[in-house]
Amino acid sequence: MSSVAPADLPVGENLGSIEAAERSEYGSKTARVKKRLTSRTATIISLIIAVLWTIPTFGLLVSSFRPAELIRTTGWWTIFQNPGFTLDNYRDVLFSTSSASPQLGSYIVNSIAIALIATLIPLVFASMAAYAFAWIRFKWVNWLFIFVFALQIIPLQMALVPLLQIFSTWLRPMQAWLHDLVPIIPEQNYLPLWLAHSMFALPLAIFLLHNFISEIPSDVIEAARVDGATHGQIFFRIVLPLATPALASFAIFQFIWVWNDLLVALIFSGGTQDVAPLTQRLAEMVGTRGQDWQRLTAAAFISIVIPLGVFFGLQRYFVRGLLAGSTKG
Amino acid sequence: MTTADLLGKLLQVVMGLAVFAAVVGLLIFFIDKAPKKGRDYWQLGLFLLPAMLFIAIGLVYPAIRTSLLAFQDSSGDWTLDNFVWTFTQPAAIRTLINTIIWVLLVPTISTAVGLAYAVFIDKSRGERYYKVILFMPIAISFVGAGVIWRFVYEYRGGDREQIGLLNALVVAAGGEPVQWLQTDPINTFLLIVVMIWIQTGFAMVLLSAAIKGVPTEQIEAAQLDGTNGWQRFLNVTVPGIRGALVVVLTTISIATLKVFDIVRTMTAGNFNTSVIANEMYTQAFRASEVGRGSALALILFVLVLPIVVYNVNVLRKQREIR
Repeated sequence: MSSVAPADLPVGENLGSIEAAERSEYGSKTARVKKRLTSRTATIISLIIAVLWTIPTFGLLVSSFRPAELIRTTGWWTIFQNPGFTLDNYRDVLFSTSSASPQLGSYIVNSIAIALIATLIPLVFASMAAYAFAWIRFKWVNWLFIFVFALQIIPLQMALVPLLQIFSTWLRPMQAWLHDLVPIIPEQNYLPLWLAHSMFALPLAIFLLHNFISEIPSDVIEAARVDGATHGQIFFRIVLPLATPALASFAIFQFIWVWNDLLVALIFSGGTQDVAPLTQRLAEMVGTRGQDWQRLTAAAFISIVIPLGVFFGLQRYFVRGLLAGSTKG
Repeated sequence: MTTADLLGKLLQVVMGLAVFAAVVGLLIFFIDKAPKKGRDYWQLGLFLLPAMLFIAIGLVYPAIRTSLLAFQDSSGDWTLDNFVWTFTQPAAIRTLINTIIWVLLVPTISTAVGLAYAVFIDKSRGERYYKVILFMPIAISFVGAGVIWRFVYEYRGGDREQIGLLNALVVAAGGEPVQWLQTDPINTFLLIVVMIWIQTGFAMVLLSAAIKGVPTEQIEAAQLDGTNGWQRFLNVTVPGIRGALVVVLTTISIATLKVFDIVRTMTAGNFNTSVIANEMYTQAFRASEVGRGSALALILFVLVLPIVVYNVNVLRKQREIR
């Protein structure tokens, strides 16, 4: 789900369908009986595909725990002939302070810092806009909504050059000023990445959250209006709590998207360990130390472990909200 | 990372949160204190303000500016040179051809494999685990996937033992090891494999849900008519999931047109593997050829546009039928 903003929309839907599939898995008995009769070749082919799809990741995982010398000289599939287990690779990429090691610690902090706030900003701004689009009625607002929806088709690449120019004109002086004021904040800071990710996420976020928020029963909103609640109160006390599933789903989705991003980071981060996220560091390691497999395997696994954890751990939650938000017409 | 560095980073996050909270708080304050006259306008405007401001600065203005830059040379004069370059230089033409190969192969193969897999595992025992296995790569970053597959394609010269799986298989079959990523044109296809590896799970999950939506009565009726499994698949299942097929194909096509990270990580576009999105980055941000980069971005947009329009149309029609 990494590199495409608008096209990523159905990822939510399809995660949704995993659950739908689970539900229907134990559907009718006749269906199950029929299944027993389907050909054995089908089972064998699907087994082969499943194994093919797993082997590359598995090889990487196994290798990351093998001593450097063994990785260099033998294939990971010979692990039983050439046994060896070590955590040195992880220790090296994470904690070693030697200049040759990738020192991933600060990049992990960067990835977390970038992803957290670049998730929070579009989440709040998009839900505010979605609320206005759904519940404050004016003629031209619908056209504005359609326009925002249509913006999803603009590829990221269309925005990069001018946005970088805007940032270096307006944001750079501010960053320099902040650095003078608080010296421990480096001159390159997270601000451009936070803003860029938030900007690019908004059209999709508004669209998804609007689908959900516009479904809140109008009785609820109108009752609150009659009781004299302001829009601000309704938004915080009624809309946000009711939209929690959609908010959580979008948050998880956006978090993984930002975490996995390379393009935006390459352009707006400056590439130093003050700002650059894990993906950028990993890509850089491939470029400069493409043969250091003991480091590459461990570093790659570190960079994919958080998205995988989110994927396995929060699948259900992810699923429910986005399904509700996106299959609805 | 020194303690001061970490402290600086934490401070940035805390300050970021504080400023953001202040902005939102201020907005809500003004929303609730809006003047009586034209109150709804005020409130609507303030609710929309931050998002619209971000979209205007981050998307609308840049998109317009990029479109103009594509038709300018470095001194700002109007010209078509950027497009002439794109369609005449051998390297640039190769980029376009590669992109076409990508967009022809990735959507079709991912969808075909995903569909076959979805049909085969449908209602079988352990369907859930089968699905998770194929779907997992979607959570992995393209950079991570790039490293995973570079390891598979790794080459060892001389008589040394191969540590890359692909070359090990070649050697085991009696062949000579190949420098896969440096060998044109096979390298482009090997990069495409990575994208297929990622996208197949996506296709599979979407199609699997669609297959479960095909009414069992139709399939049973076809069964009573004495059709075999293949005929039922072609004449009942496929028509029943046409909408989902279109969505899957178009979505993967768009993602493929914009593929950047995989090429960047695995070959950086060298050895004739570049694609539009990668070339756009290289030209605009490495070679300082902003005009050429903008032209490539515009081409990308023009390529994506009809697919999206088609996709939206199909979705709308489906909705009308329902």
